[in-house]
Order: sequence, then C-alpha cells, then structure tokens
Amino acid sequence: MSLMNNLSTSTISSSSSAFLAPISFDSSRTQSVAFPLKNINVVKCITNPQEQQTAYKTKVSRNANIAKLQAGYLFPEVARRRAVHLLKYPNAQVISLGIGDTTEPIPDVITSAMAERSHGLSTLEGYSGYGAEQGEKALRSALASTFYGNLGIEEDDIFVSDGAKCDISRLQVVFGSNVTMAVQDPSYPAYVDSSVIMGQTGQFQKDVEKFANIEYMRCTPENGFFPDLSTVVRTDIIFFCSPNNPTGAAATREQLTRLVQFAKDNGSIIVYDSAYALYMSDDNPRSIFEIPGAKEVAIETASFSKYAGFTGVRLGWTVVPKQLLFSDGFPVAKDFNRIVCTCFNGACNISQAGGLACLSPEGLEAMQEVIGFYKENTKIIVETFNSLGFKVYGGQNAPYVWVHFPSRSSWDVFSEILEKTHIVTTPGSGFGPSGEGFIRVSAFGHRENVLEACRRFKQLYK
Amino acid sequence: MKAGGLSWWIRCFVCFQEPPRKNSAANPQTEMVPVVYLVTQSIHCSNVPRNVNLEKLRSGYLFPEISRHETEHLQKNPDARLIRLGIGDTTQPIPDTITQAMAEHVRGLSTIQGYRGYGAEQGNMELRKAIAGKFYQDMGIKANEIFVSDGAQCDISRLQLLLGPNVTVAVQDPSFPAYIDSSVIVGQAGELEEKTGKYRNIIYMNCGPENNFFPDVSTIPRTDVIFFCSPNNPTGHAASREQLKQLVEFAKANGLIIVYDSAYATYIRDGSPRSIFEIPGAQEVAIEVSSFSKFAGFTGVRLGWTVVPEDLRYSNGFPVIKDFNRIVCTCFNGASNIAQAGGLACLSTDGYQALRNVIDYYMENAKILVDGFESLGLKVYGGKNAPYMWVHFPGLSSWNVFSEILKKTNIVTVPGRGFGPAGEEYIRISAFGPRQQILEASRRLKFYL
Repeated sequence: MSLMNNLSTSTISSSSSAFLAPISFDSSRTQSVAFPLKNINVVKCITNPQEQQTAYKTKVSRNANIAKLQAGYLFPEVARRRAVHLLKYPNAQVISLGIGDTTEPIPDVITSAMAERSHGLSTLEGYSGYGAEQGEKALRSALASTFYGNLGIEEDDIFVSDGAKCDISRLQVVFGSNVTMAVQDPSYPAYVDSSVIMGQTGQFQKDVEKFANIEYMRCTPENGFFPDLSTVVRTDIIFFCSPNNPTGAAATREQLTRLVQFAKDNGSIIVYDSAYALYMSDDNPRSIFEIPGAKEVAIETASFSKYAGFTGVRLGWTVVPKQLLFSDGFPVAKDFNRIVCTCFNGACNISQAGGLACLSPEGLEAMQEVIGFYKENTKIIVETFNSLGFKVYGGQNAPYVWVHFPSRSSWDVFSEILEKTHIVTTPGSGFGPSGEGFIRVSAFGHRENVLEACRRFKQLYK
Repeated sequence: MKAGGLSWWIRCFVCFQEPPRKNSAANPQTEMVPVVYLVTQSIHCSNVPRNVNLEKLRSGYLFPEISRHETEHLQKNPDARLIRLGIGDTTQPIPDTITQAMAEHVRGLSTIQGYRGYGAEQGNMELRKAIAGKFYQDMGIKANEIFVSDGAQCDISRLQLLLGPNVTVAVQDPSFPAYIDSSVIVGQAGELEEKTGKYRNIIYMNCGPENNFFPDVSTIPRTDVIFFCSPNNPTGHAASREQLKQLVEFAKANGLIIVYDSAYATYIRDGSPRSIFEIPGAQEVAIEVSSFSKFAGFTGVRLGWTVVPEDLRYSNGFPVIKDFNRIVCTCFNGASNIAQAGGLACLSTDGYQALRNVIDYYMENAKILVDGFESLGLKVYGGKNAPYMWVHFPGLSSWNVFSEILKKTNIVTVPGRGFGPAGEEYIRISAFGPRQQILEASRRLKFYL
C-alpha cells in the first residue's frame, strides 16, 4: 500500500539522522545503522486523497495546536536533507557540523561509575527500583554545591531530569495554555514548538514567519544579541538562553541584571537555559542566580549533554527556587513537583550515577578537558571564516559559530554548502526570522573532521 | 504592568497556606518546606497566573502520598519493621546477562567506536525490531510503529499532549491514577465534583466483581478516548478475548481511540490476550503503551514503549503516528541509550528466560498473599495474572483500612479509593518483595487482623 510506504518514509524522514544515515565519513554514531539504501523512498508524506477516503477514520479530532506546526522539528529536517544528499552522493564523505551532537568518548571516570552501578543492579545490596522522581539525593546535593555554591540555591530546589529538552516541555505543561511567551529571535526551536503544542500561540503568520501571540525579541549583531527591552511587550514567560544557541552570544552581568529587573517590573518568569554555561570563556555569569533577585523571577534549566557527552545517556536538571511564586502566591516549585511526580518517573538511575561521577573532582577535570577540546574546534572554525572575510559571531563562549551571509537565504546557503562541500550545517532561519542570513556551524566533531571541513570551506569561499 | 511593593507583600502572606509535603520514600530527608515570610520582608509575586488545571488536582499524586504516610509512620514508630506492599516497586535484582549488556555498552561509550551521541528519538531500530518480534509477532505491528520511551507514565502524558485539551476521555474505575491526573493537567477533565469525587467531563466505567471487571459497553456514553489497562492495575483482572473484542467493536462503532496499557502483560498465565492487537481491527482503533519496569525490574532504569499503528487516523484522515512522532521529536530526546542496551538484552533468549524466573518469583509471592488474605475470610481478586491483589473490606473506608493495617502490622498497602471512587472498600496489595518479607507479611496479617 503506497500510503503505508509514504508513512514509513515520512516517519523515517522525521526521525533524526542516526536512523537514516548509512555509513559515512564522520560520526561514529551513524555506523551503528545499517539500512539498505535502495529501500529508502525519501518522499514527502502526502496522504493519498483516495486512500484517505476509503481508509477507516476514527471520530477523534486532530489536536489543532499540533496542526499549527509548519514542518518537522528543525533537526530531523536537517537530518532528512542530509540523507537525501547521501542518496545523491553515496560516496561523499559528509561532515556533520549541523546538529549539535557530541562526538568524543565519555571520560573513563564517568563510565566506570555507570558500569559499576549497572553491575550493582544485579545484586541484592545494589538493586534499586523507583528512585525519587526529583532525582537521587546525592546528585541533587552535588549539583547544588558544584553550580550554585554560594548562590542560595538548595538541593531541594533542584530537579534532576532526562534532559533540558524534556524539561522545557514539562515546564510548558506547568504553565498551561493561558500564558504568553517571549523568546529570543533567533532561539532554540523547542521553546517555540513546545509553546505551539501547548496552545499558547495563534496561527503561524507566513509573511513574517512568526506565530501569533509569541513575542519575538530580536537578537542581532546590531544590538549585541541582547534585546532592546524597552520595545519588548510584557509576556508571562521569557525564554532566555545564554551562552546562546544558535548565536553563541553570552549575556553580560549588566544585561542579565536588566533582564531580571525587567522580569521583576513586569511580574514575568524567566526560563533561563544554561546548557552551555561551562563553555563560557569570558567573565560573564554562568547562572541567572548570580544576579540578585533572580530567585524570585527565574527558573534555570541545564544539561549534562554538552558537558559530558551525555546526549544519548540523557541527564539534565532544572532549578525552581522556592521564592518563585505565581500571582496568587502559590509556589511554582510545588506545581513543577506535581508534574514531575505525575508525568515523569525520574531519570535513569545509571545515568544519575554517571552524573555524580561527573561532579567529582576527577570528573569535573575530565569534563573540562572535553569541553576544551570542542572549544579548540570552535576556535579553528572561527579563524577559518574570519580568514575568508566573513562576519563571524559567537564561538567565544559556546560551541556554535554564527556566520553572516548578508542578503542570502539561509536554507539556500545550507544547500549550497552541503552540495559543494558535503558539510552539514544548520540554516539560521530554522531558529527564527532573525536567523535569516546566518548559518550556524557547530563545533562538535573529531579534530580531523573539523580540520577537513575548514579546508573545504576555504576551498569553496576563497 | 508594575508588580512591586507593599500590595504584593500583603497578598502573598494571606494566600499562602500549604502544609509541608514530603518527597517519595527513597528520599525521606528532603522536604519541600513551606516558605514563611516575615512581616518585615518584602516578597515578590510574579504576575503569572497559576495554571487552573493544576488547581483542580486535589492532592499530591497517589504514590508520593503513600510514601508520605509511610515516612510519617516511621517517624512515630522508628523501630517499626516496615513491609512495603504499597507502591508497586520491583525488588529483585536484574539478571546478570542484562546488566552486563548495559555495563558493556557503558564501557563502549568511552571508546571511539562505541561512543554514541543523540539516538533516534523513536528509539534504536534494533530494539524496536526486537520488541516487534517478541511481543507483536503475527499481529502486523511493524518496528516503525513502535516508539521506545523512558516509561509508560511518561508516555501517558505525551499521549495526552498529543490528544490535547479538547478530547473527552473514559477511564476504568478503579484505574492507575496517571490517566485521570494527566487528563486534568491537560485540561480535558472539567471541574471536580467534591461529592462524588469524579471529574465532570471524565466518564468512569465501573469495574468490579459484579461485572467481572469489565464495563457494560452498552451503558457507556461515547468519549473520544478510552483508557484501558489489562492486566489491570489495581484489580489484577486480565480481560478475556471476548471482552476485548467487545471493546474493539465498541471503539470501531463509535470512532473512538483506545489507549491500552499492557504494562503487566508478561504476568499473564492463563492465555488471556497480551496485546490489544491480538484482536482483529484493533490497529484502526488502538494505541498500546507498555513498559520494561515490571517485566524486567527496570523501574529505576526507565524504559518502555508505545505502539501507534499507521492505520490509526484522526477524523480528518490524518495519521495519529505522524503527530505522535512530532511530539516525540519535540518534547523528548529518546530513552537513555544505556537503558536501551539493557532492553535489547532483556529480549534475548537468555535474558527473557531469566526475567520469566523473576516474574514467577513475584507470582509465587502473590499466591502466598492471596492464601493469607483468603484464610482471613476476605474476598480477594487478582493475583493470578498480575502482581496485584484487590482485597475487599465491605462497608469500610479504604483509607481507614490502610491506616489500620499500617498501624497494626507495619505493612504498607494502597487504599483502593486512591484509584477512583469505585475503589472504596478495597485495598491493593502488591506482590513485589523478597520472599521472607512476603512470608512475614502473611504471618502478621493472620495474627493481627
């Protein structure tokens, strides 16, 4: 049945590249997938109208909120195009500087703790069943002391999770559909997409490429990638990511002080995404809670993904201070706790054992080494684009380089780079309308791949 | 809009009046303490309204509430030797062959060849194929219709996000509380009627001994979705083929979607259907959620799966699987690759056999407890196809019985009322535990009750 085929491929095409990609030059992750190329029908999933009429349909209406989403989530889309490219050039040595996927092995000190925990689960003394939904006490405690030492954030303000992306959706479930949201433009797509799914937004407005009801705060070179707060309409929630994905910009203490004041004046709640904090080179705040008064206006979400290479292991955390209250005085943490207990059942206990090892002195040192490796990659990429005369942003405080291609469509540039150099990047417009004209180059990769990619960039743009 | 100053301080002080709460038993020391603000301190409240849906939840989620009672009991009776037959938490170690696979995968993450970053959000294809082969053989369910997750509780909420606030739901009464609670959270449930303890927009399908734990479908008003769990938590009843045929026919006739929870399918011993997809036609009307938790002792490891058949469509013909895939790609980032490596080992010949032995162990526990309660002259249901016993205490309040049992025997159970209004007069006993504890529990029950 052709519809079934269409559906199979559409499901495939919406999945991330690990599933799709045959063996290629770059990431070892794709080597685990053996999928005969000849069986892939990469077609757009358009339901055959004839089959739509004869196939059985329930009487359940499709969720109108999900229908508002314009396309697949950004990164599976990028993966899909990569797969199409590989079909066209089966021998191409594709290098992925697109999806921000870590590539370097996890340090031994961390994996040996996880191996030990795994073995322990086979013993009477070491077996553990359900853990606390908020996370294991030792890990919460270590997170508090490592990252929030003298910031007044306590162990029980911290909720361990299976990653920041999942936490963002859980926060949206806490907030519900009747709140308004502001995001940076450009920003990590999960904030907008989760807002649409929750029903907080109106329809997508094609002319401006924005969803109605979301306040988009422009962040461009002109304003130093920090929004002009005097022009920002008040919303209930403000999503803010620093160091920023995709621009790499890191907000200064002064900027964050203004942001906290803005939130305070407007009675808004900031959701501060600090997933890249440890990539900070400059002396900027690593946590929103370094700003006085932030505990009354902010939630902070963070992740082990880009620090410990835990992108597949799945571990993160969210801080909801006790002082953060809804308008009726009800503590936000209580509702978040209720969601965590009802819609979640805790992060994997083995991953948590790994997280604890990450925060040991040896683990922290090992993570810094890996982060340092990716930062060196970033430096190489920045130098390459600088030498080619491009205006380059980011790269200093984050593993992302934001390259300006004035007056060009970012998907066109993405396609051109992919076609001519077999390098996957991410088009800036995927992060919001103000991303148009930019390309995000991520700095995760084996050193030889990054060097090779830079050679190819130099060839293309010389 | 300005939000500072004296008026905010006064409002906060008056509105805040929540009692202290405790976290679950694994963490008895950590508390969510009420924040007491001194009169002289200025407090800031945001201007963000609390989600009205969350206000509709009357108390904490059931199982942390049980933990809270447990902790309080221990504080009053520090020498009590507690036996936990409450929260259905697995206790027996995971067989070696499975943990070895996980440890090996973990060690591989420290090597260039073995390192894995982001996996497919839908799960590793190898695992999806293994699940299809092991549990859905000959049912026409394909690997790409299987979405690997971090557990059924999480999947239930993701399904609710998928379905959205404008669908109506029906649940069995009694049922696993996550269906109702997630329905309230998403905004489907309407107001709580204090008198009946039921949410206005939810249809409660009474399931008791009088109707063989299967609702009379001729009396059920149509809803968009029916949550159905078999083998059932908490009653332990495994629906028969005939019953499930009726359910599927009802769904087809009414154009509704069944969300079928088969988390305890591997506990079935009498040939009852293990999957809704054993019933012809189910692929057009059902989603199935399942879990490695009780099957493999993975309650802490976190692994499960949901089947969304390609043939399941919304009223406009749009395939449900596409939207579920979108949710999974946007609100989730895949189950831990370590858990997935373990899952694959669970489905190997050796792994599966070793797990069957653990399940047999728990079911032997169940038999002991069933005998224990029956010897007291109590009517006991379940315990034959599920690790739960549903014990009837006619005319009594289940929370009172729960407290009595806890006080007199130091055994933690779960009051039936926690699973819905029709759970009143019942207590759920879980069969997870080391054998000596089960035997001790049986002894105490005979002696004290």
